Amino acid sequence: MQLSLFLPELVLILMVVVLFFASLGKVKGGSLQGITLVFAAVATLAAIATFNQHGLMFYEAYRVDVFSQIFKVIITSSLFLVVYMGPGLSGVDSQLKPEYYLFLTISSLGLVFLSSAVELLTILLSLEISSYALYIVIPLRRQDGYRVQMEAGIKYVLFGAASTGITLFGISYVFGLSHSTYLSDLVKSIPGLLAGQPLAVIGMVMMLCGFFYKLAMFPMHFWTPDVYEGAANETTTFIATLPKVGAVALLLRLVFLAGVEVGQFTWVLATFAVLSMTVGNLAALVQNDLKRLLAYSSIAHAGYVMVGILSVGELGSSAAIYYIMGYVLMNLACFYVIYHLAPAGENVTFADLRGLHRRSPLLAFTLGAGAFGMAGIPPTVGFTGKFIVFTAAIQKGFYALVILGVINAAISAFYYLKMVRAAYSQEDELQKSKVALGMTARLLGVALILAIVLIGIFPQGFIDLAKQAVAVL
Amino acid sequence: MEQYLIYNTLSYPILSAVLVIPLVGALITLFLKGDGVLKSWGLLVTLVTAVVSLPLYMNFDPTTAKYQFAEVYRWFPALHLHFSVGVDGISVLLVLLTTFVMPLCILCSWSYIKERFKEFIFVTLLMEAAMLGVFICLNTVLFYIFWEAMLIPMYLLIAVWGGPRKDYASIKFFIYTLTGSVFLLVAIIALFIKTGTFFIPELMAHHYSYQYQMWIFLACALAFAIKIPMFPLHTWLPAAHVEAPTAGSVILASILLKMGGYGFLRFCLPMAPAATLTCMPYLLALSIMSIIFGGYLALGQSDIKKLIAYSSVGHMGFVTLGIFLLNVQGIKGAMLQMINHGITTGALFICIGIIYERTHSREIKDNSALGMMMPIYVTFLGVFTLSSFAFPGTNSFVGELLVLIGAFSKYKVVGFLAIPGAILAAAYMLRLFQKMVWADSDGHAHHHDDEHGDGGGHHVLADLNGREIVTLLFLTVFVFWIGLHPAPLLKVMDTSVTHLVDQVNTGMQHLPPMEHHHEHHAWLLQVGSLIKKLAVF
Repeated sequence: MQLSLFLPELVLILMVVVLFFASLGKVKGGSLQGITLVFAAVATLAAIATFNQHGLMFYEAYRVDVFSQIFKVIITSSLFLVVYMGPGLSGVDSQLKPEYYLFLTISSLGLVFLSSAVELLTILLSLEISSYALYIVIPLRRQDGYRVQMEAGIKYVLFGAASTGITLFGISYVFGLSHSTYLSDLVKSIPGLLAGQPLAVIGMVMMLCGFFYKLAMFPMHFWTPDVYEGAANETTTFIATLPKVGAVALLLRLVFLAGVEVGQFTWVLATFAVLSMTVGNLAALVQNDLKRLLAYSSIAHAGYVMVGILSVGELGSSAAIYYIMGYVLMNLACFYVIYHLAPAGENVTFADLRGLHRRSPLLAFTLGAGAFGMAGIPPTVGFTGKFIVFTAAIQKGFYALVILGVINAAISAFYYLKMVRAAYSQEDELQKSKVALGMTARLLGVALILAIVLIGIFPQGFIDLAKQAVAVL
Repeated sequence: MEQYLIYNTLSYPILSAVLVIPLVGALITLFLKGDGVLKSWGLLVTLVTAVVSLPLYMNFDPTTAKYQFAEVYRWFPALHLHFSVGVDGISVLLVLLTTFVMPLCILCSWSYIKERFKEFIFVTLLMEAAMLGVFICLNTVLFYIFWEAMLIPMYLLIAVWGGPRKDYASIKFFIYTLTGSVFLLVAIIALFIKTGTFFIPELMAHHYSYQYQMWIFLACALAFAIKIPMFPLHTWLPAAHVEAPTAGSVILASILLKMGGYGFLRFCLPMAPAATLTCMPYLLALSIMSIIFGGYLALGQSDIKKLIAYSSVGHMGFVTLGIFLLNVQGIKGAMLQMINHGITTGALFICIGIIYERTHSREIKDNSALGMMMPIYVTFLGVFTLSSFAFPGTNSFVGELLVLIGAFSKYKVVGFLAIPGAILAAAYMLRLFQKMVWADSDGHAHHHDDEHGDGGGHHVLADLNGREIVTLLFLTVFVFWIGLHPAPLLKVMDTSVTHLVDQVNTGMQHLPPMEHHHEHHAWLLQVGSLIKKLAVF
C-alpha cells in the first residue's frame, strides 16, 4: 500500500485527533477556527498533490483516481470555505465549539472516504460515518428553547436511518442478483440484469435512496426544509454543500453501473429528477425564511444535477460535476450573506433582507450573484452548468426532460428574484444599521462573486478536469 | 467558417473594442467617487464607444452579405464553441443605434437620477455591453448569454431607480422575458445536436425537415414575440416603461425592443423558412392586431408614458408586419422602422423625462399648456410628435411607406388593415401634443414648484437647458436626415436583406417531400389559405 495515496485522508484523520484533544482542554474559539482552517487547507493541498495518482487499497475496496481526487479537492476546499465563513461560530455554544469542529471534520472525512469507495459495504460505512457526525452536529445550536434544533436533529436522524435501511435493502437485492459487492464486478453484470430483471431496477433504485437523501432529492427530500431551518446557520451551510458533493460522486459511480443504454432505470431517475425540480420550485415560491427557501431550492437543484447524472456519458457526467461545483459556490454566496445578516445566529427572513443594498452594497451584490446564478442567468456558473447539463440530456434524446427543466428554471427565477428584489428595495422606514464587514469577509465576498462569474464564462479548464475524472469511472 | 466571414482589416479589433470598452468602463466605475466624476466618466465611456464604433459605418462594404469585421477566438472547445463576432447589413445599423443612444441615456439621467450614481453608471454600462453583444455575436450560445445577461441590468434599472410600482413592473418584465427565452435555449441546444455547430451562418446554411423547422420556429418566435413585444404578449411593456427611469425607458424603447425584430431576422427567417411561411398569416394577423390594438389603447391613456408605451406596441406591429411580408421592401421597411422607432420614441421618452423632472407628474392634465412657458421644449416635442405618426419628411414616414409598399405588393388586405393604425397614430399623438401645448390650464394648474422656477411663480417652468437641447437636437438631426435622405442607410442594408430574402426563398424549395407535412398541419394550412384568399381578393 502506498501511503501517499492516502494523504488527504491522513491529514483529515490527524485533524480529527487534534480537534479531539482540543475538545478535552480549553481552547479559545478563535485559535480553534485557525487550527481547523490550517488543517482544511493542508488537506486541500494534499488532495491537489495526489491529483494524478491512482491505485487500489484496502483489498481493492478503496480506489484513488482522478475522479475521487477531484471530489476530494471540492470537499476539502468547501470545508475550508464553510469554516472560514462563520465569523466566530456565533450560532453554537462556546463550550461546544471544539466538538462542533470535530464532528464537521469527521463528517467531511466520511465524505472523502465516500468519493473513493468502490465496494458497496465500504460505501455504506463511509456514508454512515458522514451521517452520524451530522446527527450530532445539527442540534448544536445556541438558542432559547431546544425545540427547533431538536426537531431538526430528530428528523435528520429518522430520515437518515430510514434511507440507510432502504439502501441496505437495495444492496441486498443487488448482491443477491450479482453475487458481488465490488463495483468493478457489478459494472459487468448490472446492465444485463437491468435489462432482464425488474428486481434489479428496484434494487438499484433502492440502493440509491441513501444518496438521494444526502442530495435532498425527491423522494427522500422531506427532511430538508426543517433541518435547514432548525440547524445553526453554519451547520446548514455545511449540510447544503459538502454532503451533496459526496452524494453526486457516489451517484455518478452507481448510475454508471447501469451503462449508457437508456432503460427503465433511467426513466425512473428522470421521473425523480423532474418531480424533484417541480416540488422544490413550487414549494420555494411561498417561503419566507431564507434558509427554508434555500432548502427547497436545493431540492430543485438536485433534480438538475440528476439530469446530468442520468445522461451517462462523458459530457453528462462531467456536466454533473461542474454543476455541483457551481452549486456549492452559489450556495456559499447566499449563506455568506445570511451569516453576516445574523450576527447572533438567528434565522434570516425576507424582511431582514430589505434595504440590504444600503446597509452593505457588497452583501447585496453577493446575494445577487448567488441568486441570479441559481436562477441560471448568464454569465454565471449556474447558467453554464444548466446549459451543459441540458446539452448532454438532449444528446441522449431527453427532450421532454429538458423542456420541463427549462420551464422549472423560469418558475424558479421568481423566488430568486424575490431575494434580489428584497435586497434592492428601498425601505426607508426600516432604518437599520450598516453591516460592518472585515477585510477577510470582504475578500471572501469578492472572491465568491468573481468565481461565480469567471468559472461561468470560462468553463473549459474545469470541464477538462471533469472529463478526465469521468474517463476513469 | 471562412466562407461566411470577412475578417477585420482595421488596425484594431473593432468589435471586441466596442464590447470591451463599456465592460472595462463599468469595472473602473466601481473605483470612482463623486457624482460629477461618475456622470462624466459614464458619458466619456459611452462617447468613446460611439466614436470607436463609427468605422463600422465608414468602412462597411455594402456589396456583400458576409459578416464583416469578423473576429474568431477559441473559447470552449469541449462544445466546439468559438467566440465569434461580426456584423452584416442588418446588425451594423442596430450596433450604431446602440452606441449612439447610450450617451444620450447618460445625458438624460444627468439630473433625473438623484441617488446611487455609481451603481447607475455601472449598470448602464453593463447594459450597453450586453446589448452590443447580442447584435455582434455570430454564435447562438453567445447570443443567448448576452440576451439573458441583459435582463439583470435592465431589471436593476427598473427595480432600483423606478417609479412607485417598480417591484411589480420589474418582476413582470423579468419573468415574462425569461419564460420566453428559456425555450430559445432548448432550440439552440437542439440545433447544436442536429448540426454540431453553434455558428449562426452555418446553422442558416443547413436545411432542416419541416417538422423540425416548426419546432425551432415556435421556440424562437415565442422569445422574440415577447421581446418585441407582439400582441397579445405585450402586457409587460407598458408596466416596465411606466415605472422605469428615463434612461431605462429609452434603452427599452430604443434598443431592447429591436432585439425581438433582430431575432426574427437572424433566427426564424433563415433557419426555418418553411415554418415561417406556414405561420406567416397568423403573424401578419397578430401584427395588424398589435398596430390597431396598440394605437387604440394609446388613444385612451391619461399617463403620457403609458401612451408612448402603447404607441410602441403599434410601431413594433409595423416592424413585424414588414418582417413577415417576406419581401425586400417589407424587411427593409421593418429595419428602417426599427431604427426610426429607436430615434423617435427614445426622444419622446427623453421629452417625458424632462417634463417629469419639472412637474413630477406623468399625467397629461398636470403637464398641459406648456406652450407659453417652454417654447423650445414644445418645438422639439412637435418634431418628434410629427415623426411618431410618420409625417412626410420625417424618418418614420420612409419606414412606414416601405412597409406599406411591401404590404400592398403582397396582400392588399394587409395594407388596408394597417392604414387605420397610421391614422390612429396621428390621432393619439396630436391629442397628446394639443393637450400638452395649448390646452386650457384653468382648474388644473397643479404644477409643482420646481427648483429652476423663479421663487414665487408656481406656474413658471424653466425651459430646456443646454444639455437637454444638445440631447434632443442630436436626435432631431437624425429625424430629418433619415426622413429626407434615407438612401445611405438603405444602401447599407440592401445586400444583406436581399440575401436574406433569397435564403428564405431557396430554403422553401429545399424542403423534403411535402405530402408529409400536409397531414400534420392540414388545419393550419386550411386556415392559412383562407386568409390568403381573403388577402388576394
